[in-house]
Amino acid sequence: MTLLIDLLAATLRNATPLVYGTVGETYAERGGVLNLGIEGTMYAGAFVGFAAALATGSPLLGLVAAVGVGLLSGAVMALLTVTFGANQHVSGIGLTIGLIGASEFANRLIFRGGELQRIEPMPLINPLPDVGPVSAVFSQYGLTWVAFLLVVPLAWWVLQRSSFGLEIRAVGENPEAADAAGVSVPRTRYLALMIGGALMAVGGAFFTLALLGSFTLDIIAGRGWVCIALVIFGRWRIGRGVVGALLFSLIYSLQFRLQILPGFGDLPFELLLALPYLVVIGALALSGRNVAYPGAYLKPYRRS
Amino acid sequence: MRLSSISTRYPVSPWSTPALVLFAIAITFVITAGPILLAGANPIAAYAEFVVIPLTSQFTLLEVLVSATPILFTGAAVAIAFRAGYWNIGAEGQLLLGAIAAAGVGTTVGDLPGIVALPAMLLGGAIAGAAWALLPALLRVRFGIDEVVTTLLLNPVALLLVNGLLHGPWRDPVTGFPESPRIAASAEFPALIDRSRLHLGFVIALVVIATAWYVIARTPAGLRLRAAGLSPHGARFAGINVSRTLIVAALASGAIAGLAGVSEVAGIQHRLTSGLSPGYGYTGIVVATLGTLTMGGVVLAALFLGDLTVGASTAARSLGIPSQLGAVVQGVLLLTVVALLTLRRGNSSRPVDAGPPAGESAEHEPAPTEGAVT
Repeated sequence: MTLLIDLLAATLRNATPLVYGTVGETYAERGGVLNLGIEGTMYAGAFVGFAAALATGSPLLGLVAAVGVGLLSGAVMALLTVTFGANQHVSGIGLTIGLIGASEFANRLIFRGGELQRIEPMPLINPLPDVGPVSAVFSQYGLTWVAFLLVVPLAWWVLQRSSFGLEIRAVGENPEAADAAGVSVPRTRYLALMIGGALMAVGGAFFTLALLGSFTLDIIAGRGWVCIALVIFGRWRIGRGVVGALLFSLIYSLQFRLQILPGFGDLPFELLLALPYLVVIGALALSGRNVAYPGAYLKPYRRS
Repeated sequence: MRLSSISTRYPVSPWSTPALVLFAIAITFVITAGPILLAGANPIAAYAEFVVIPLTSQFTLLEVLVSATPILFTGAAVAIAFRAGYWNIGAEGQLLLGAIAAAGVGTTVGDLPGIVALPAMLLGGAIAGAAWALLPALLRVRFGIDEVVTTLLLNPVALLLVNGLLHGPWRDPVTGFPESPRIAASAEFPALIDRSRLHLGFVIALVVIATAWYVIARTPAGLRLRAAGLSPHGARFAGINVSRTLIVAALASGAIAGLAGVSEVAGIQHRLTSGLSPGYGYTGIVVATLGTLTMGGVVLAALFLGDLTVGASTAARSLGIPSQLGAVVQGVLLLTVVALLTLRRGNSSRPVDAGPPAGESAEHEPAPTEGAVT
């Protein structure tokens, strides 16, 4: 029972960065831009958030700094792919290489490879402390509550119900029609990429500001790529993407706990961790020609 | 507007490709002067350290070639696929599969002589890399499923496979570390020069690239590949089997990326380790783009990045600039090259800069006018 409660709590906790990343990537892709800069943006969010929190003594200011670097990263991606019309995947890979390099460069420069610096991480918040042993599930970081109770519903509402969301979907689905209807394609794509970038960076900052309280190299460890997979798993829908993030996090948290149990240590857990990627590729294969990519996926838009 | 659309009819750009790449390098150096100043160093002195100093002693010169070796392979692998209009982002995973195969063969050949062991490893690595590239290619030509994401997602899977092997069946029984046992002595690539790390892999990379150049430039298969990349519809109209061409390009790309893994295992590490590749597959994208998808360009770009890598590590010691600046330069360089090539697109004839069609049905958008870009 305690194991189960612990597992559920860990699932919500570990899903948090994936939720931010997946929602952020969904915005970018629904706007018509595949942002492979996500891995680097999460990495830069983690580092910049941490460095700012350490310098100011405030994790909240760290979060603000992470949002800033995320907006900047989204704007650079937009400059390349929207203004210049450059190849999206090459731009995204370049952004990831550059941002990871810049973060590690700054990390080395500021901390000189000395002993590990720590900050006081954000506190756990438990709104339901008195519901028996189950209440441990609700002992979560503020960013986790914000993710599930604020960001996900709001992001869904904006994308599916607001006129701005309609504009994002329009420029991602049929930019010619959106343009003809008076929607500025570049402006909308810039906003989608910048909002998406900010969310990705917050997802990265969750590691340093809440979960770990410190910055270590390779801190994102491919979770940006997991988000790329989850967006497709969710077929570019926010709700389904979040379900995917929870499923992945459940498997991840479960294998982590099984590994330390006697008798389970020799199981090939790497196979479990590879599951989400394989499931996504398998799902793509099974859907065959019916995969509903956003209409303008990977295509720059030019008025002719 | 009318004027600008007329101007794009001129077939020759004022910017030749080498000039454009040099311009991109110059812009990159201007941008990365910021971090160098932050590190308290003089940018001019730093660039001299990065680019020139490694070329001034025999030891560092050989190290430049050692650093260039894996990215010669991955750069060529990426360039071949991109030339065909097949966006293989999975060279990293294909490299790791090649490394697994090399370690598998290398630890089992035992007392077989090198003349048997080395070809067996190369063949195994090439097959493993190609096999890892097969599924995304099939999905692309059969169902029109975009290969960017599928090739990308197989990279972490390959890394998990390596880690699974190293934490499980292949864990070194002697040290207990998560690394495979050492490969047989006969399976190690011989050093080209005494007491240097430069190994046979460098020569193999050059042979592979020369072969790729010949095939692409001089054979019917190469013509089909170029045609498929320039215009899939035109190629199909001309009777070329584009699907088959894409699969062949994807498999060749995967095989060559696999050889990069063989080269690192047999030439440097002599065993399988999880830190075998610090992203050589992704650097391959930088090399291929910087080399404008030509084999000669790939050689120059790989040597240049190898030079920068060695320079970055010596500059770390002599000027106190963190060596991670090398990665920053790579990222910025990739972005400036791709941006400049796109801006020149009206006159470009290669698909370096155009977004790929997500499926077979999608049309290649005509190039925009220069005027519209600014």
